[in-house]
Amino acid sequence: MAKLIREPNLPDQDGFYAELLVAHRGLSEAESHALDARLVLILANHVGDREALREALALAREAGADG
Amino acid sequence: MRYAYEEFPYETPPPLRGAAEGRKPAVIVGAGPVGLALAIDLATRGVPTVVLDDNNVVSVGSRAICWAKRTLEIFDRLGVGERMVAKGVTWKIGRTRHRDREVFQFDLLPEDGHKAPAFINLQQYHVEQYLVERCRDFPALIDLRFRNRVTAVERFGAHAAATVETPDGAYRIEADWLLACDGAGSPIRRMMGLDFAGELFEERFLIADIEMKADFPPERWFWFEPPFHNGQSALLHKQPDDIWRIDLQLGWDADPDVEKRPENVIPRIRKIVGDRPFEIDWVSVYTFQCRRLERFVHGRVVFVGDSAHIVSPFGARGGNGGIQDVDNLGWKLAAVLAGEAGPALIESYDAERRHGADENILNSARATKFMTPAEGAERRYRDAVLALAGHAPFARRMVNSGRLSLPCAYPPSPFIGPDDPALPVASAPGRPCPDAPVEGGWLLERLRNGFTVLGLGAEPPEVPGAARLRLEPGPHLRARYLGEAPSAIYLIRPDQHVAARWREAGAEAVAAALRAAKGA
Repeated sequence: MAKLIREPNLPDQDGFYAELLVAHRGLSEAESHALDARLVLILANHVGDREALREALALAREAGADG
Repeated sequence: MRYAYEEFPYETPPPLRGAAEGRKPAVIVGAGPVGLALAIDLATRGVPTVVLDDNNVVSVGSRAICWAKRTLEIFDRLGVGERMVAKGVTWKIGRTRHRDREVFQFDLLPEDGHKAPAFINLQQYHVEQYLVERCRDFPALIDLRFRNRVTAVERFGAHAAATVETPDGAYRIEADWLLACDGAGSPIRRMMGLDFAGELFEERFLIADIEMKADFPPERWFWFEPPFHNGQSALLHKQPDDIWRIDLQLGWDADPDVEKRPENVIPRIRKIVGDRPFEIDWVSVYTFQCRRLERFVHGRVVFVGDSAHIVSPFGARGGNGGIQDVDNLGWKLAAVLAGEAGPALIESYDAERRHGADENILNSARATKFMTPAEGAERRYRDAVLALAGHAPFARRMVNSGRLSLPCAYPPSPFIGPDDPALPVASAPGRPCPDAPVEGGWLLERLRNGFTVLGLGAEPPEVPGAARLRLEPGPHLRARYLGEAPSAIYLIRPDQHVAARWREAGAEAVAAALRAAKGA
């Protein structure tokens, strides 16, 4: 049974996307990657479901395999 | 089929024929879609206007082509909607592709029971022509003056004046209200030295109209990084008369004059349309900008449409936003000129339409950023969304090739309310009335005469200054206006936005809401 939500689940997704870019504004490339790494850890803790996170990791890998 | 431009006749204006003219209630500067629509709106309310335009032909090139449902409803109120829908290409499906695969599809009108379609594509020259012809149905009220160029503006406490150049010399015209509908480059805005602050996006797009026989469906096709246009984006849209709109992202370093040359345009288009024969009808290169005036009302000079705010084009929020300005302003000006409301009502145009412009700018700036990401995080997230879109539905909705124009809900203000939150959100105060089929036609066709007190399954109270309309709700009216409630009373403004609503209301409550809506 899939635990990861793949359907839209985020209200005002354009607003979130804009806030995400604002959070990166003014950072160097390395600082920006480091921010993302911290963000992944924060969100993973919030999700708190190992199976959902395993599926999320697999989806992220899979979507990057298209070249 | 190429458009045959007809020159509108120039006539010597009365003051240059020796006929002195007094102060006019309203002078409109600019005979584009916004200025013409405003003249018609005011004429339907009995207000005479003079319309000044420096040119004497309709828009050269298709320019604004996408007219949204709410605009078509407004055009219908002005008496030109059915003609535009009959001529235009009706569409509602948009397909967005990344490289060679579809990543997102939207349907802009998933529900039935609306007179107007979600969108039509119709060249701006046709829209202007139909509006000019409609103006001519009001010969006693609309005075169209072509080749009349405003060269100076004077502002006074309770009126304004313009100096106007014509082929016969210059004259001066005074007006209670001077309405600057003079476009994105507004000469009046410049003459008044007003700051037009905002954002310029460092990107250039080539826009071309081509004439071509093709059997592509009437849909909006958008590509991110298409195989035929190296790493950039592209858009294809169908217009009437076998004219197709193509937009191609060029990059910031492109030289507009070089890119516009046929030897550079033709090979690019050839890659999209294959070996079908085509001819180029019109080409332009533009940059994206989102800007607005800090205020739209400056004493007796009021800015309307592109002169007040500009947005980048993906989302069709420029022309449509301008027509919604007209919708908001027309009845307010008429009420103030008739002495039924004070100038405070014009301030509510400023507040409500700045809110609308901000919503349009927000949406179009976000789409522009998605299409033209800066290197670094913007580019990484954009590419991540496109990569995920083929694998997970949530990411498809994040793909942003333009969020297409929807009318805004006017925010709470002393002019709006009260509300009964038990009634459906779709018709809350501040929102435009959702259309619905009613006996013999459509709801919005019945809401055209000033303020209306609408009783749904109940007798509307009698209130001076408002028409009464009682309807027995069918399923559409029930879903959009009643929800679980057995009956309701709505006060509808002349621009078909909901002013206030109640499950039960007496004449006093409705009369108070009507006074508030007029700023009295």
